[in-house]
Amino acid sequence: MNGLVSLLSDWALPATLAGILVAGVARRIAVYDAFVTGAKEGFTTSVSLIPQLVAMMVAVSVFRASGALAMLVGALHPLLAWLHFPPELLPLALLRPISGSASLALVTDLFKTHGPDSFIGRAASVMQGSTDTTLYVLTVYFGSIGIRRPRYAVKVGLLSDLVSVVASVFFVTLMLQ
Amino acid sequence: MMNGIWLFLFLVGIIVAAFTGRIEAVTQGVLSGASDGVMVSLGLISIIAFWLGMMQIAEDAGLVASLSRVVRPLARWLFPSVPSDHPAMGSLIANMSANILGLGNAATPLGLKAIRELQSLNDQDPETASDAMCTLLALNTASLTVIPATMIGLRMQFHSRAPSQIVGATVLATLVATLAAIGLDRWYRRRDRKRRGGRGA
Repeated sequence: MNGLVSLLSDWALPATLAGILVAGVARRIAVYDAFVTGAKEGFTTSVSLIPQLVAMMVAVSVFRASGALAMLVGALHPLLAWLHFPPELLPLALLRPISGSASLALVTDLFKTHGPDSFIGRAASVMQGSTDTTLYVLTVYFGSIGIRRPRYAVKVGLLSDLVSVVASVFFVTLMLQ
Repeated sequence: MMNGIWLFLFLVGIIVAAFTGRIEAVTQGVLSGASDGVMVSLGLISIIAFWLGMMQIAEDAGLVASLSRVVRPLARWLFPSVPSDHPAMGSLIANMSANILGLGNAATPLGLKAIRELQSLNDQDPETASDAMCTLLALNTASLTVIPATMIGLRMQFHSRAPSQIVGATVLATLVATLAAIGLDRWYRRRDRKRRGGRGA
């Protein structure tokens, strides 16, 4: 099972790339020109991340360097140990649905402290990668047509984020230990 | 909300540093944090540019349209209140297809088009979300992911030995969360209807 999953992980990206290229050729797309057009946006997309990421990395970095993060994690430890949930991941789990740049800053911080190939680093990668920023999506979609009463949509979004957090820790424990 | 979170992390950090005698850590933290923010953003240019380039090929090749045929029956089951020949159904199918393909940039405009068309079907209060809108949001907040490109890029930046190792676990986690979102949406919809005494059912 684990062998199969890691095989699939290794093959997923190359297979997707090959699939896209073949589909492009089959439809007689000028693949190189299409690629360059799309890639141009990559520069602006990444550079436009700088202000949010600087703001968040500074705050997260001060919060950790001061020892406040360690105090928070220490305080949560008894409760979360009982649930078998690594306390280092709780700040990420809480911020993930609220802000994409804040959670990306936390993942970066966890990579710096624990390394990307540690259990914490892997679980953080999966938590960050497996869901979207729920409150942002809700604001953009409902805001665009002036909905003021979202009914149960917020609850469904946040509960499925909780499922995603638990599933991330579960699958990383199961497959990548 | 962002204001509150930012202020909390920053200010509590400074106060704790003051009380634990680590005040010099604040200056250190500010400098290293700011430089990390720039380095990470610049480092992500490579993978994001590459990925958006590939996504453009996928879009031009009409992969969204080819997936529509597969997605249509699923969309009908998810959105029973939308007539299958209404333009809203077309946008919903396109949004779902783009999400499945991981075309985030294409999925959002399609989703916004879908919600505008759902608003034209909303025969109740235009400021209250309809059942179909809630389902659309459930799918888009859970956002099924196939290739977590940004995370692979960030892991590369921090010299991971196996940057793409997390793909399998990510796909399974995102699948479970999406199924949970669909289930929760159904459950709350049914409960809401019972509460309102079958009105609008």
